[in-house]
Amino acid sequence: MEEMIQAFFNADIARAAMPIVLAGLLNTLLMSLLVVPLGLMGGLALALGAHSRHPLVRWPLMAWVDFFRAFPPLVLLVLLFAGLPFAGLELGGFACVAIAFFLNTGAYYGEILRAGIESIPHGQVEAARSTGLSRLQTTTYIVLPQAVRNVLPDLLSNTLEVVKLTSLGSVVAVPELLYQARQAQSVTYNATPIVMAAVIYFLILWPLVRLLSRLENRALAGRG
Amino acid sequence: MTGWDRFAETFFNAKVMAKYLPDILYGMVVTIELAVLIILSGLFAGLVLALIRSLGVRPLNWLIIFIVDLFRSLPPLVIIVLIYFGLPAAGASPSGFVSTWISLALVLMAFAEEIFWAGITSVPRGQWEAARSTGLSFVQTLLEVVLPQALRLTIAPLTNRTIAITKGTALGTVVAVTEILGQASSAMSNSYNPSPLMMGATAYLVLFLPVVVAARWIETRFAWKR
Amino acid sequence: MIVSAKDIHKHFGALHVLKGVDLDVAERELVFVIGPSGSGKSTLLRCLNRLERPTSGSVRVDGIDMLAPSTDINHARQRIGMVFQSFNLYPHMTALGNVTLALRKVAGKSRAEADVLGQAALERVGLADRASHRPAELSGGQQQRVAIARAIALEPRVMLFDEPTSALDPELVGSVLAVMRSLRESGMTMIVVSHEMGFARAAADRVVFMDDGLIVEQGPPAAIFEHPTHERTRAFIGQIQRH
Repeated sequence: MEEMIQAFFNADIARAAMPIVLAGLLNTLLMSLLVVPLGLMGGLALALGAHSRHPLVRWPLMAWVDFFRAFPPLVLLVLLFAGLPFAGLELGGFACVAIAFFLNTGAYYGEILRAGIESIPHGQVEAARSTGLSRLQTTTYIVLPQAVRNVLPDLLSNTLEVVKLTSLGSVVAVPELLYQARQAQSVTYNATPIVMAAVIYFLILWPLVRLLSRLENRALAGRG
Repeated sequence: MTGWDRFAETFFNAKVMAKYLPDILYGMVVTIELAVLIILSGLFAGLVLALIRSLGVRPLNWLIIFIVDLFRSLPPLVIIVLIYFGLPAAGASPSGFVSTWISLALVLMAFAEEIFWAGITSVPRGQWEAARSTGLSFVQTLLEVVLPQALRLTIAPLTNRTIAITKGTALGTVVAVTEILGQASSAMSNSYNPSPLMMGATAYLVLFLPVVVAARWIETRFAWKR
Repeated sequence: MIVSAKDIHKHFGALHVLKGVDLDVAERELVFVIGPSGSGKSTLLRCLNRLERPTSGSVRVDGIDMLAPSTDINHARQRIGMVFQSFNLYPHMTALGNVTLALRKVAGKSRAEADVLGQAALERVGLADRASHRPAELSGGQQQRVAIARAIALEPRVMLFDEPTSALDPELVGSVLAVMRSLRESGMTMIVVSHEMGFARAAADRVVFMDDGLIVEQGPPAAIFEHPTHERTRAFIGQIQRH
C-alpha cells in the first residue's frame, strides 16, 4: 500500500511537478480556446454548404466530412507534422495541431450543425421569407438559433471531445498538460505527475460530463 | 523533372511502397484485432453496467455513474499512458497492445453505458406496467419488452461513438503497438521517405470509410418511428 | 368474494391518495368505478394487482393474499387481467406476439400452443385477421382490443379496465365497448374505471363513486344515476351528464 502511494500519489514529487503540470494546463486551455472556435467556424461553413440544394456543392462537402470522420486525428496530425517537411513545409507542432483540429473537429461540428439545420421545418424559412427577410437574414435570425438549440447536447459533447483531443499535442511536442506531465514523469521516474494530469482533466471536464449526461438522457427520452 | 514528378517521387515512391507494404498490411491486421477486441469488450461491459443500473440499487448506481463520468472525462491517451507507464510501478506490466485495448474498452464502456441507459429509460413506464400486469418478471420484462425497444433507439448513437473510439487505436503507436500508424512511422524513419505514411493513411481510409458511410445509412434506417 | 380489498391506504410521499377504501367484488359481477380525476380510482385499481403497493390494508384476489411476501406475484398476476388507458402494446412485436408473450414466458406454453391460444383470443376481440400486424399499423380501437386479447388469453379470473376508452377517438369507442360487453356476457368478473356512463347504465351491476381517496357511495346504476344520496355524487353526475 505504502509503495502504491509512493508510486502514484507521491506528495514530494507532486509539489515539485506542480508548476510544470500547471504550465501544461494553461497551454491546454489556450489550445482549446483556439481550436473550438476554429472548428465551429469550419463546421458552420460545411453545414451551410452541405445544406445547399445544389448537388455539386453538397456531395463534395459530404464526402469531405466523411473523409475526416474516417481519419484518425492522430494520423492527420502525424501526417502534417512528419510528412509535410518532405514537401519543404515545416510547421511547428502547435500549427499542426491547429490545422489538424480545424479539419477533424470541423467535420464533426459540421455534421452536427447540418442535422440541426435540417431539423428546422421548412415553414420557418417560408414564414421568414414571406415577411421580406433575405436568405442570409433568415439563416442568421431564424434557422441557426433554433438549429443550435436543437443540437446543443451534441455540440457540447463534441466540444468535450475536442478538449480531450488536445492531449494529442503531446505526440508532436506541444507542451500541453499530458506532455508536461510525461516530461515530469520521465525526469522523476514516478507516475505521480501523470496521475496529477488525469485528476486535472477530470476536475475541469467533470462538470461538463454531468451536464451532458442530463441533457442526453432528456433528449433520448423525449424521442421514446 | 517537373514539380509533380518530384512530389510523386517523394510521397508515392513505388519502390519504398512495395518494400513496406507487408509491414503496413501487418499493421492493418493488428489494428483490426485491437478494434474487434475493444468493440466486443467495451459494448459488453457497457451493456452489463446499464443492466445493473436498471436494478436501481442506489450505492451501486452512484458507483456506476462515477466510473462512467471518469472515463468520459479522461482523454483516452492519458488513460493509455497511465496504464502503460504507471501500472508497472504497481507490479503489473501490460504490453502496449493490452494497455491500448483496456483503455479504449473502458472509454467505450462508459459511453455505451450512457447510451444503453438512456435507451432503457426512454421506454415508457406503461410498457413495464403492461408486461408486469401479465405476470412477466422484472428480468423477463427487461429482456423481452424493454431491451428490444431500447436497443433499436441506441443503434445510431452507438455506431457513431464506436467508430470514433475505434479510430483511437492509432493512439497505440504512442506505446509501441505495431498497428498501422506505428508501422508506418517506423517505416518512414527507416526509409527517410513519407510514402509509408501515405500508405498508412490510405489503410485507415480503407478500413474506416466504409464504416462511416454505413453509419450514415444506419442513422436513417433506424430512425425511430412509432 | 373473488376480490376483497380492506382498508386500503396509499401515500405518495406527502400525498394521501387512498384513505381507507374497502371493496368487495363477487364472481361474475361488473363493478363500475366513477369519480373526478385525482379521486384515487386508478390507484385503487393498480393496488389490486400490486402495480402500486398499498401503504397499508389487505388485498385478496381469488383467495390469494396479494401483499404477502410469500406470494409469487408474477403467477398471481396471471389471474388478473389489466387493460390500460394508453394500450401499452409492445411496439416491436406483432399483435399475436403481444398476446402470446406472457403465455410462453409466464404460463410456460410452447410457442405452438401459445399461438393457438393467442389466435383464439384475437378471434374473441374480432381481430383474427390482424394477428401479424404491428401496433403502429392498427387503429386505436384495434390496439385496445389487442390489449384486451393480451389479458384474456391468460384466462384471468378478474379483469381490470383503467379508462380503456379515454384515449380513443369517439368513433372507435364503440368497438371496444362491444368487446367488453361480450366479455361481460361470458361471465367475466370486471372492475372498470371509466366515464362511459351509457355503458355503466346498460352493463354494470354496481356503480361505485369515489372522491378524494374514499368511496362516497355505491349501488345499482339506476340508484346512483337517478337518485344519488350524496351531494358530491349529485354534483359529479350532473357535470358528466351535461357533456
